[in-house]
Amino acid sequence: MEIAGFNIVTWLAATLVMGTPLVLAGLGEFLAEKTGVLNLGTEGMMLVGAVSGFIAFVETDSQIAGFAVSMLAGAAMASLFALLTQTFRANQVASGLALTIFGVGLSAFMGRPYEGEGIQGLAKLHIPLLSDIPVLGPILFQQDPMVYLSIAIGAAVIYFTYHTRAGLVMRAVGESPESAHAMGYRVIGIRYLAVLSGGALAGLGGAYMSLVEPHLWVEGLVAGRGWIAVALVVFASWRPGRVMAGAYLFGGITRLGFELQGLGVPIPSQALSSLPYIATIVVLVILSRDRTKLRLNRPASLTKPFFATG
Amino acid sequence: MMSLKFEKRPEPSRAMLYAAPLIAGALTLAFGLVIFAALGKAPLNAFYVFFIQPVNSLYGLGELTIKAAPLILIAAGLTVGFRAGVWNIGAEGQLVLGGICGGTVALVFHGVDAWWVLPLMLLAGTLGGMAWAAIPALLRTRFNTSEILVSLMLVYVAELLLVYLVNGPLQNPEGFGFPESRLFSESATWSPLIEGIRMNPSFLIALGALVGLYFLLSRLYLGFQIRTAGLAPDAAHYAGINASRMTWLSLLIGGGAAGLAGVNEVAGPIGQLLPDISPEYGFAAIIVAYLGRLHPVGILFAGLLMALIYLGGESAQIALQVPDSVTGVFQGMLLFFILAVDFFVNFRLRMARRSQEGTN
Repeated sequence: MEIAGFNIVTWLAATLVMGTPLVLAGLGEFLAEKTGVLNLGTEGMMLVGAVSGFIAFVETDSQIAGFAVSMLAGAAMASLFALLTQTFRANQVASGLALTIFGVGLSAFMGRPYEGEGIQGLAKLHIPLLSDIPVLGPILFQQDPMVYLSIAIGAAVIYFTYHTRAGLVMRAVGESPESAHAMGYRVIGIRYLAVLSGGALAGLGGAYMSLVEPHLWVEGLVAGRGWIAVALVVFASWRPGRVMAGAYLFGGITRLGFELQGLGVPIPSQALSSLPYIATIVVLVILSRDRTKLRLNRPASLTKPFFATG
Repeated sequence: MMSLKFEKRPEPSRAMLYAAPLIAGALTLAFGLVIFAALGKAPLNAFYVFFIQPVNSLYGLGELTIKAAPLILIAAGLTVGFRAGVWNIGAEGQLVLGGICGGTVALVFHGVDAWWVLPLMLLAGTLGGMAWAAIPALLRTRFNTSEILVSLMLVYVAELLLVYLVNGPLQNPEGFGFPESRLFSESATWSPLIEGIRMNPSFLIALGALVGLYFLLSRLYLGFQIRTAGLAPDAAHYAGINASRMTWLSLLIGGGAAGLAGVNEVAGPIGQLLPDISPEYGFAAIIVAYLGRLHPVGILFAGLLMALIYLGGESAQIALQVPDSVTGVFQGMLLFFILAVDFFVNFRLRMARRSQEGTN
């Protein structure tokens, strides 16, 4: 499967790897937005998750500890955001920005002593029999465990959102917090839960970068993926399956830049590196053109603070 | 049973509105000292190193204006947008484009000793920042695309563009392959206002921007339209205020200010093009605008405070061996606290009887 030195199978296999942090962070953002909370702090939560997971792994030599700590760190960051926007009813856009600025600084600060530390990545898990299938095997069944786990989390989020009672309540809170409140659901509590779960997933997405690919810590490691994750939720018109598809699309584009660089294509490497950001803008433009459709898909209470009355 | 309860104030508290930034500053300071203590540094000494030492000399005060100038200028520009409800958060990218455009002029006229070089650079940089901000403005008004995400994505694109340029077309041909441009000629750089310190006219430009902002917001009908569009978009619509026009205006003013700040950086303290020309001034300026209550006087003080935090971070790195990224931690905390304390402008804490809950 090679065209002029470009191996499509390797590229597609790497696409899943590159898409995984976006899948995790995008699903996290999806959960928060579905309850009506726009959290622009994803970039900051991913960075703090990435650095915390990295430090935990270096100190304990346990990958599981690394991932667990990254989720806790992401959730802790998210709790600051939830406190601001849900308890103190602060503006969600400004609070999300604050969380990102804080996360950028905090992660750089925490990670300074660990910068340049070499660690072992995560071994690939070859699934017996399936991994031997030609073409599909190497793409789908020779991945690391976190790729499988992220797909499982995606499936769980889809099932939860559309096939459980709790998922229905979550959607109700996002569409009409007043009705949900009138029915006796605790709107603020549910939003806290969604934002915290989203933070844990963003943290895990960050740790996928620091512990798996490219498994290192440098300042600003996440490089805008948190923002792309926020954009993905809009692209996906607030549907988790489409969030995942979008994440792999962007993973593929990012990886394509690397592959072309490797082939010595005479395009400046910076132009190739800017592909995912430009692609984000292009896709956003295409998908937000239809105002009515955007408004129909968007959780009706998005960014609006909720005050319980009566 | 008694419990604490938040209650909406009948009128927003003006006292709280003005006290909030001070409370936020005090809380940031308190938490900062706790952080230093946790790192095993004596808090009082850390306080001295961070907040006093950087500015206890004339030279230090000059440095303060060097850092405050871009923060105040950009915050003044962004305030127009924030008042109108337009979220330009890509000022960092607009700053970089300003630096690129102004720097290109400086390099094209390298060695030309004429008075017009610097003014031309300032013009080019301002237009460059405006052009970069025009992209989200166009996409917002024409295709309904989120200006938040577009302006932010363009920050990364601008930064990559600058890295490309200093490694390619604008690289110093005699620079042994280092990723940097030539040093600008004297005619393309700001000279210090006072001999011996680095303070330069960019600080005066920033002050001028604050005066301009004051007149725009309080004296002009346009300012009234901007405020109405932000506070009550529907009312603004019925009053015939054109939302697209507000979006364009906000982004062009914000982008132009950021672009101008970018030229001031490359023509001032930097003096050439480097792969990285800003320690995230474009993001810190968002905090300055908020901390300054979106008001010119507030922005002046907030800008000076934020500049001090930058200097303090550098000072702490040298004297206390604390990474200077502690600056970012302080900046984030400051914005957190101001957002949280703002709640008490509209709400107050009250003791309430449980049995009466729900009656207010």
